[in-house]
Amino acid sequence: MSELPVADVLAAEPDEETTLPPSKGDSDLGGRTLEEVDPGDALVHVRGLKKHFPLRGGFLSRIQGHVKAVDGVTFWVGKGETLGLVGESGSGKSTTGRAILRLIEPTEGTVVFAGQDVTAMDAEDLQALRRQAQIIFQDPFASLNPRMTVGDAIREVLKVHGLARGEGADARVRELLRLVGLRPEYASRYPHEFSGGQRQRIGIARALSVEPEFIVCDEPVSALDVSVQAQVVNLLEELQQRLGLAFLFIAHDLSVVEHVSDRVAVMYLGRIVETADAEQLTRSPKHPYTRALLSAVPVPEPGRKRERIVLPGDVPSPIDPPSGCPFHPRCPHPLKDQDCARTVPPLAEKAPGQFAACIKEPAYVAPTGS
Amino acid sequence: MALLEVRDLRTYFHTEGGVAKAVDGVSFHVERGEVLGIVGESGCGKSVTSLSVMGLVSEPGRIEEGSSITYDGRELTTLSEKEMRGIRGNDIAMIFQEPMTSLNPVFPVGDQISEALRLHRGLKKKEARGRAIELLQLVGIPVPERRVDEYPHQLSGGMRQRVMIAMALANEPDVLIADEPTTALDVTIQAQILELLDELRERLGMAIVLITHDLGVVAEVCDRVVVMYAGQVVEEGPVGDIFGRPSHPYTQGLLAAVPRPDRREGTLAVIPGTVPPPTNWPTGCRFHDRCPYAWDLTREKMPPLFDLGGDHRSRCWLVEHPERREEVERTRPVFTGGAAQ
Repeated sequence: MSELPVADVLAAEPDEETTLPPSKGDSDLGGRTLEEVDPGDALVHVRGLKKHFPLRGGFLSRIQGHVKAVDGVTFWVGKGETLGLVGESGSGKSTTGRAILRLIEPTEGTVVFAGQDVTAMDAEDLQALRRQAQIIFQDPFASLNPRMTVGDAIREVLKVHGLARGEGADARVRELLRLVGLRPEYASRYPHEFSGGQRQRIGIARALSVEPEFIVCDEPVSALDVSVQAQVVNLLEELQQRLGLAFLFIAHDLSVVEHVSDRVAVMYLGRIVETADAEQLTRSPKHPYTRALLSAVPVPEPGRKRERIVLPGDVPSPIDPPSGCPFHPRCPHPLKDQDCARTVPPLAEKAPGQFAACIKEPAYVAPTGS
Repeated sequence: MALLEVRDLRTYFHTEGGVAKAVDGVSFHVERGEVLGIVGESGCGKSVTSLSVMGLVSEPGRIEEGSSITYDGRELTTLSEKEMRGIRGNDIAMIFQEPMTSLNPVFPVGDQISEALRLHRGLKKKEARGRAIELLQLVGIPVPERRVDEYPHQLSGGMRQRVMIAMALANEPDVLIADEPTTALDVTIQAQILELLDELRERLGMAIVLITHDLGVVAEVCDRVVVMYAGQVVEEGPVGDIFGRPSHPYTQGLLAAVPRPDRREGTLAVIPGTVPPPTNWPTGCRFHDRCPYAWDLTREKMPPLFDLGGDHRSRCWLVEHPERREEVERTRPVFTGGAAQ
């Protein structure tokens, strides 16, 4: 076994710029960028969002650097629409979800919600925002007080926002539980008495209690078994239709994201590398990372021949991201060259409504005079 | 004779709240060089099955009388702990979902691989180190001469899983049991590890038992599949049959519930309810309370594992009563909207 060679594809950790061929001069910087697009009256419009966490260490714990968790992200979510935000661990997708609700303070950029600038809001405005924009988490158990009955947990939200008290609150709790497919008498039970799927329903009921227009769903089904995952996904879609909700659906599972989303944005190292209509993105991805991600999703269909693109190496650290295109050290694009290590690629239009941050993909230029 | 044969395995946990029959009469076999997938949702008993094979079930868990696990014709359930230690890691090795819990944080990874070699093979320190470097190279770790001296926390999740695999391979086992080896990893890293396992199987001819909840992973790497539900095998067969012609409603429901990026559809098919607790399995067919086809017989009598031919078996009364399937499907659609074929 000792003399066996290592497969090239597994020999991870590609060398940096040194191995890049010289520029071929075919870089494509033309076309409209996502930042130039006017989304009209989007419910949520995020522009140039950044979140840098200071990195302290050494004597007196001085700031020694920054983790660029989110590094200039632009997107929007329309009324009643679902935008899927997909990425691997460390891509900054969850930080993005929290920063737009100001659960953590953004470093830079603007977030406009229903015409109001969230980044400029004071405490009172934020309280009002939380009646319109809510979040549900991967592990609802962690966000539920184990000593509080489910009914009390929901009543608390109603009370904080001054929405209902006493009998009125009780009736509302029963209504909410029914809405998410739970029995109203569950109101008197404690969180530990529920299964994972039921707890997620409770998390959803709590988020819905304020009648929001927009919900950030942060990996809401990742911890659930397949059969239960389908139940929760269907519930979210049904509620969206009935209540006209808009979702930012954050997940690492591309299959789930594709299923629930109208549009999808793919994140890598704190940036959006591609965004398009969900079907378009799946059918003809333009960014090499999206292609690799799609090809890596195992499909339950044995014997199906398909080209799996196995990316070498790991996701680099956001403390010291690669220069130029953050994906270039792992990129399998045949045209990759020195320009990729030098130029930060703009999120440019590559097909109508499809934007990708890759200078080696030809830009789409809208026909003039139409 | 199969390399590894499990027959009527029952592993019960005797707790104050009752007897949890986590594994309740499970049989399967693994041939040399093949990949067997054991698939099921949480609480189905797939992990306890693998721990039972490894002799790692601890109190209050117990492998019950009448259970049999043979490796290369040798009965394992009656071995002493000392004898079992000779098998574990040497002939049958195991890797887990979260490598960090199996790696000792205070020792360099190289020392941890060497330890297995010095224990089982009696290698000298220097030889063991050289072999550890070879193993790290085999599992695709770059610059192994340097990585051998690093500590687990210095490695990424994917690298740690590679180290775990290197440790498991140290003594060239015949069987590798991999319990959710890629569940904690990102999808691009998962692809690397699956590729690695497949390549190692081909090169070293070892058998792999892959335990997972991910049907996509099963379809890509397994030769045969065992589907578990509520402590039992409910369906088993060659991977093409399980995915192409699933027989058990649970298997059909699972396949239909998976969203697929290559097929956009409306509502996902749903299996109603949740897995019942192991202290109180339902009577009759254990799936009956979630099954769209359930009728009196299924509620009262547990179905045997019916033979469908070609190594394909299904624990469902519908095999004997196909008219019931037609009857139900005439009145309402079952598991539609998903990827059921």
